Amino acid sequence: MTADMTTELGILVGNKWKKPPFVKRAWLRWLLIIGAGLYFIAAIYSIDVNWSRVYQGLDRGGAFVAAFFSPDFTSRWTDIKEGMTESIIMTVASSVVGILISIPIGLGAARNISPMPVYMICRGIIAVSRSLQEIIVAILLVAIFGFGPLAGFLTLSFATIGFLSKLLAEEIETINKGQAEAVRATGARWTQWINYGIQPQIMPRLIGLSMYRIDINFRESAILGLVGAGGIGATLNTAFDRYEYDTAAAILLIIIVIVMGLEYLSGIIRARVQ
Amino acid sequence: MLKLEQLTMTYKTGDQALKSVTLEVPAGQVLALIGPSGAGKSTLIRCVNRLVNPTSGKVFLGDVELTALKPSGLRRERRRMGMIFQEYALVERLTVMENVLSGRLGYVGFWRSFLRKFPQSDVDEAFRLLDRVGLLHMADKRADELSGGQRQRVGIARALIQDPALLLVDEPTASLDPKTSRQIMRLICELCEERDLAAIINIHDVALAQMFVTRVVGLTAGAIAFDGTPEELTPDVLTTIYGEEDWAETIEEVDEDDEDGDGA
Repeated sequence: MTADMTTELGILVGNKWKKPPFVKRAWLRWLLIIGAGLYFIAAIYSIDVNWSRVYQGLDRGGAFVAAFFSPDFTSRWTDIKEGMTESIIMTVASSVVGILISIPIGLGAARNISPMPVYMICRGIIAVSRSLQEIIVAILLVAIFGFGPLAGFLTLSFATIGFLSKLLAEEIETINKGQAEAVRATGARWTQWINYGIQPQIMPRLIGLSMYRIDINFRESAILGLVGAGGIGATLNTAFDRYEYDTAAAILLIIIVIVMGLEYLSGIIRARVQ
Repeated sequence: MLKLEQLTMTYKTGDQALKSVTLEVPAGQVLALIGPSGAGKSTLIRCVNRLVNPTSGKVFLGDVELTALKPSGLRRERRRMGMIFQEYALVERLTVMENVLSGRLGYVGFWRSFLRKFPQSDVDEAFRLLDRVGLLHMADKRADELSGGQRQRVGIARALIQDPALLLVDEPTASLDPKTSRQIMRLICELCEERDLAAIINIHDVALAQMFVTRVVGLTAGAIAFDGTPEELTPDVLTTIYGEEDWAETIEEVDEDDEDGDGA
């Protein structure tokens, strides 16, 4: 059958087809594209680079990088060992406490299983935890509890809550409703409904997120030492202050190895719980 | 046994899914609920066990008014209503046995269910039911390892272990092939007869419904348009339920299918 030029189909056949653009008005679309391009160029020009300072700094940078080829594990080994142990204790303790607190808050912050008031409160807690950067919390807590790993432990627990509850809540919001509905239809009570209808669906994600958070907490524990909240960061900071780049390199290498180990471990665990 | 009185359901969006439906199902009767998509079939059975709360009207199961129950009373009554779902709705990461035993959740406390320490009588009954639906050897497989027909058998076992008085069945065969569909329908109807259960079965396949049930109710736009025996489903009746279409073939097929069904 030949297409008749007067029908809708006849007019369309033979024409090219393109996906309709996201911004329909052509002038607005081009204004946005060109505007974004110009802003990007202007932003780059506004960064002030002092080239003579960069030139001087190359030496120091070079020394730092060179130190990685001759890391010094021995001369400050007691400090490194002490700092590392403290970091690991902080990581484990804050992850366990943080995850345990995150689970009920995550349940409360999932719109599909929680009543409005509970949802608002839990989302509020998450928002507060997420909006305060770790360093700021650490400075506050060091001011309250003094120098040492207690402040670091509390900081990381607090940060874990914001991270894990939010992602857990979002995972719960995308569960398969049918499975949960079927469990409710048996006459299960709320706790049983969570345990049978929701938990199996979110468990792999919860484990994956927890492993990732342990990873983050360990890395953060190296930063928190800079503001006096204990851990390997304090040792690292001292090494930098004394220009002992070889010791600093040794510490950074240990951190890299541990993070890679955690990554490997989390890969194994996630493959097993699918 | 089950009585709906002027049941009305209006969703927040303003869609009226049920318009004053009155229906009585005596004990032991298997009833097929047919009607076009969006006629309110799913809403009707979800209003009975109050997964959806009706806007007005009453539902009685025996002497208990389900629509007046508070949460704890509702949980107790839900145990008497087993539900079977269209997409099986098994919890996929749990084992077959856990899925079946989840039908006992209304009877056991939280810690027992949490630790998977169900009473021995429940475990025995779960094994008996799995044997009855032919899946005893699958007990420790994970639910997502099963085929569609096998999953629906687990769904049936989960509903029956509740020891219900009523089965609410929502499109049990919609995602199954024709042969498995018949096997599942036959299984449901046989089990209802063995245990003297009443059942409401939502179903799209009119021919399949005619083959197995004793009573057919047609729902159109939230209201009952037909209530009678499978034999009374004439092309005219189907036109009032679904709208204009050539129905003669559908019904002829039914007769042929019936003979095939006996032979198979």
